[in-house]
Amino acid sequence: MSGAKGLAGAKWFEQRVAEWRSAGRRLQGIERGASAPPETVLEAVRAYPEIARDLAIARRAAPNGPLTKYLEGVYLQLHRSLFRPPTAFWRGVLRLFTHEAAAAARELRWHIASVAALLVVCVGAGAWLVGTYPELATLFASEQMIEGVQRGELWTDNLLGVFPSSLLSAQIFTNNIVVSLFALCLGVLYGLGTFYIIAMNGLSIGGIFAFTAQYGAAERLFAFTAAHGFVELSVVCISGAVGASLGESLARPGELTRGAAFQSAVMRGMRLMAVCLVFLVGAGVLEGFVSPDPRFPLAARLAIGLTYFTLFVLVLSGALGRFGRRARRA
Amino acid sequence: MARSQFSCGRPMESTLRIPSVTGVDVELTIAGPGGRSYAFVIDWHIRFLAAAAWWFAGTFALAGGLRALRPGDLGPNYVFLVVLPSLAIYFLYHPVLEVLLRGQTPGKRMAGVRLVALAHGGTPGIGALLVRNVFRLVDALPSFYAIGLVTTMVTKNAARIGDIAAGTVLVYDEAPREALLGQLSARAVERLGLAQAQLVRELLDRWPQLGGGARVKLASDLLARAGVSAPSDEAALRAKLEELVA
Repeated sequence: MSGAKGLAGAKWFEQRVAEWRSAGRRLQGIERGASAPPETVLEAVRAYPEIARDLAIARRAAPNGPLTKYLEGVYLQLHRSLFRPPTAFWRGVLRLFTHEAAAAARELRWHIASVAALLVVCVGAGAWLVGTYPELATLFASEQMIEGVQRGELWTDNLLGVFPSSLLSAQIFTNNIVVSLFALCLGVLYGLGTFYIIAMNGLSIGGIFAFTAQYGAAERLFAFTAAHGFVELSVVCISGAVGASLGESLARPGELTRGAAFQSAVMRGMRLMAVCLVFLVGAGVLEGFVSPDPRFPLAARLAIGLTYFTLFVLVLSGALGRFGRRARRA
Repeated sequence: MARSQFSCGRPMESTLRIPSVTGVDVELTIAGPGGRSYAFVIDWHIRFLAAAAWWFAGTFALAGGLRALRPGDLGPNYVFLVVLPSLAIYFLYHPVLEVLLRGQTPGKRMAGVRLVALAHGGTPGIGALLVRNVFRLVDALPSFYAIGLVTTMVTKNAARIGDIAAGTVLVYDEAPREALLGQLSARAVERLGLAQAQLVRELLDRWPQLGGGARVKLASDLLARAGVSAPSDEAALRAKLEELVA
């Protein structure tokens, strides 16, 4: 303590006070992302260990004193300014689409396959249930929908008469994004929430198709979904896979701590989901403008849907990044 | 690099220590459920009022007055110009402002808190800020942010699930007050020592808030430690203390 008292003397205070005054002010701009002249940055680099030493002295002399608090603030500002990670937003977005999403998709391939299998099994189960016990259709469709189908009308038939395409698209992609993110987030319940949402979606799809098939309307329902459904269902599977990976990171964190494993799984999954959500917006636009429009025949819808799905697969397989690299080399 | 935020029975931390290359840790005071809720309530009022103001102003402008509208009454223009922007203000308030204001929102500023990255103590990246907002879907369940609030009470860094996912922490944001340096003089440090000089300065700052008995006792103690005889009345005590740190 006497050593600290000796260091924290009047001479030290007098010599350092001017530096303390200027150090904090100097780099406020850089911390907010503004550029600074090299000499200012070099001064900050020089000041950083000096302020650290001053802070250590002040902490020993008076741990909760106002000067210690002041120096804590200056030191923190310098630390934030000097150790701010570099920002390259647009380069990051490009990298996300060309490399990172594909890498995440590769890492999660077994999760995606498992969730897709679960969805298919549940679609089959839903179809079997409604096919065997037709009264169970009420579990998946409202009374109004059931009456409409019994009259030979699908609820999708007159969508454009109720809502304009633009509005329909906005509603659909907002809803789809929320559902996908919800399926992902519920992975925190050790994956069980995600599995529940995927299973319910699968049962609903199977049940609804089986119900419409009983009244000869399944082909029209398929035609409605052909343009947007491939990508939409794929994104549902991927969001489920990311949710399952979150659950797995909590249940089996491996060598990491549970928190670190969870955070790592979230960041990996979010890189993949960011790209998927962009495609989901596109699927919503197709669902608003193409799917309800009777002028598009089934072949055109299939062509649009499969082309869009191919683009989706190309991005998530990393082919876009490989193509870019080849083009740059050429 | 990522550090755990799960408490697993350990007590909640009040300070976040970020290791530095100098060997002197950067210390940040973690905002608990109280500070966090205070900021959230302010933000909730701001976003609710802003969204409602847009809604009312838009409805007034497009419908020529405030009246009950049914879907389809005013067509897609009403939805795109009034309804969607209002919803966007309400639901995108946090992610957009946290990104633009580098880990703060107006409510957080008023509550004196800010978000920092757990790994380096600086402003979190855009990805982390968006991730913590996506997880509001879970934190808000079943209603009134119950899960989020409980999580902040049981996790080590008072973090909700969104913060755990994104590796962020809410800390008190205390900007250094330069006025303090003007109040401490080298002469006072020489006479009293750094610790004692700061104590006298703090006592003088808190003088109006203290009761008469406490003032006399604390001032007499400090004067005794400095080897100065203590006068009996309060005004003289204060004058002696002022003289010591002048």
